[in-house]
Amino acid sequence: MYDSGKIITGLVIFLAIFTYPLWSNMGKAAPVPKPELPPKSVATQCVADTNYMRTSHMTLLNVWRDDVVRMGDRVYVSPNGKAYNMSLTNTCLECHSDKVKFCDQCHNYLAVAPFCWDCHQVPKPKEKK
Amino acid sequence: MIGFLFSLVAVLVLVGIALVGVGGLGLKVLFGVIIPYAAVLTFFAGLVYRVVDWARSPVPFRIPTTCGQEKSLAWIKPNKIDNPCSTGAVVLRMIFEVLTFRSLFRNMKLDYREGPKIRYSSEKFLWLFALMFHYAFLVVILRHLRFFTEPIALWQQTLEHLDGFLEFNLASFAIGLPTIQLSGLVLLGGVTLLLVRRIIVPTVRYISLAADWFPLFLITFICLTGILARYVFRIDVVKVKEMAMGLATFHPVVPDGISVWFYIHFFLVCVLFAYFPFSKLMHLGGVFLSPTRNLVNNSRAVRHVNPWSYPVKTHSYQEYEDDFREQMVEAGLPVDKSLEEAAAEKAAKEAPAAPETQETEEKREE
Repeated sequence: MYDSGKIITGLVIFLAIFTYPLWSNMGKAAPVPKPELPPKSVATQCVADTNYMRTSHMTLLNVWRDDVVRMGDRVYVSPNGKAYNMSLTNTCLECHSDKVKFCDQCHNYLAVAPFCWDCHQVPKPKEKK
Repeated sequence: MIGFLFSLVAVLVLVGIALVGVGGLGLKVLFGVIIPYAAVLTFFAGLVYRVVDWARSPVPFRIPTTCGQEKSLAWIKPNKIDNPCSTGAVVLRMIFEVLTFRSLFRNMKLDYREGPKIRYSSEKFLWLFALMFHYAFLVVILRHLRFFTEPIALWQQTLEHLDGFLEFNLASFAIGLPTIQLSGLVLLGGVTLLLVRRIIVPTVRYISLAADWFPLFLITFICLTGILARYVFRIDVVKVKEMAMGLATFHPVVPDGISVWFYIHFFLVCVLFAYFPFSKLMHLGGVFLSPTRNLVNNSRAVRHVNPWSYPVKTHSYQEYEDDFREQMVEAGLPVDKSLEEAAAEKAAKEAPAAPETQETEEKREE
């Protein structure tokens, strides 16, 4: 091999950079986030089913915002026929009252920084009864 | 255009394999664990093998492509970057080549627009599209690291934030969120423009082979499936990260509830990784190893000897005369050194090592 010093240095740098995900996580556990659901006494179901909420709650929230702010429409009828007041603070946060234990769990896990809190106030977690 | 159709069909077949494999047969462990590990292993082993293989090929002579004045007399201004005369200049040249694709910027096109005269004009589109494509790809890859690192570093969050700075909102079409990341769109745009260029420029189309079309289609489909998975089908990214972290920490898990769209995207990426060392994509390593770029143009200042040159046995006139001086003098032929001069030289040479000479002479007699 010619110029082996340079070649091997280059390959070592390449491998060090490209295997970053392997060595940066070495010996670390990666706990799966567990958003804390509201107690059964508060609510037993959300405005839509869990799978939809897991993947598409942001779309729902955006539709709600546009409906309320631009159309003045505040009533949302869920797929099972129940009517809800379209409101982040009064509906969503009524049950999911602790941002740190609910929203941030997955958002931090995936480096998502939603701009809800640019306008909305972060709720103070309710005291447990 | 056989290569074009072949490549398109090949990529569609790959999409079909993932669709049937996961959607139909439910082979999640195969597509989520075995194939990814095999692909990454192939990528690293293949890439190292190719680079070492290149490094074993000798480059005995200086073959840099020079595009400027060589270093010469003191009053002639040399072009240090385009005709590098020192290692420092080569490093500078390589930095520009790797980071700004300087040689593509020099791309020319030839035409006959002004009658019978050949005209060369600048053609910057390849450079522009390549720049778009490569930098967008870099940002996309760096953003995907969020699936493989926990906790996520500040620079990753910043990158994510900058990439989505427009905060596009198309909620009424139900594709407004998650925030649109520009790099994905620029990457799809770049790869499409490169593909279109290859299709519409006749000279480029003529020299295009399956090996040129296939990576373009593969990357186009990777982009498309990625964009669809993020904005339209909205796969469950928490579970995807759980799976990615499992792969990165060598504790693979295959969570239920991940859409088949993710598996199609993931399988195409695995194919890209596995295909990489066997393809033109190896220019990732090759750009650093191109002797036309990374050599100092100093053949007029330094002698470069071919390392495998056979050691030729020579017998000079001086040696010939030493062999036959007496006979030549006897025959009246002219000699460079007279007998006396030669004898004196010999004596002077042997004087300090007289005993050894005797020994060697004895040996010769034996």
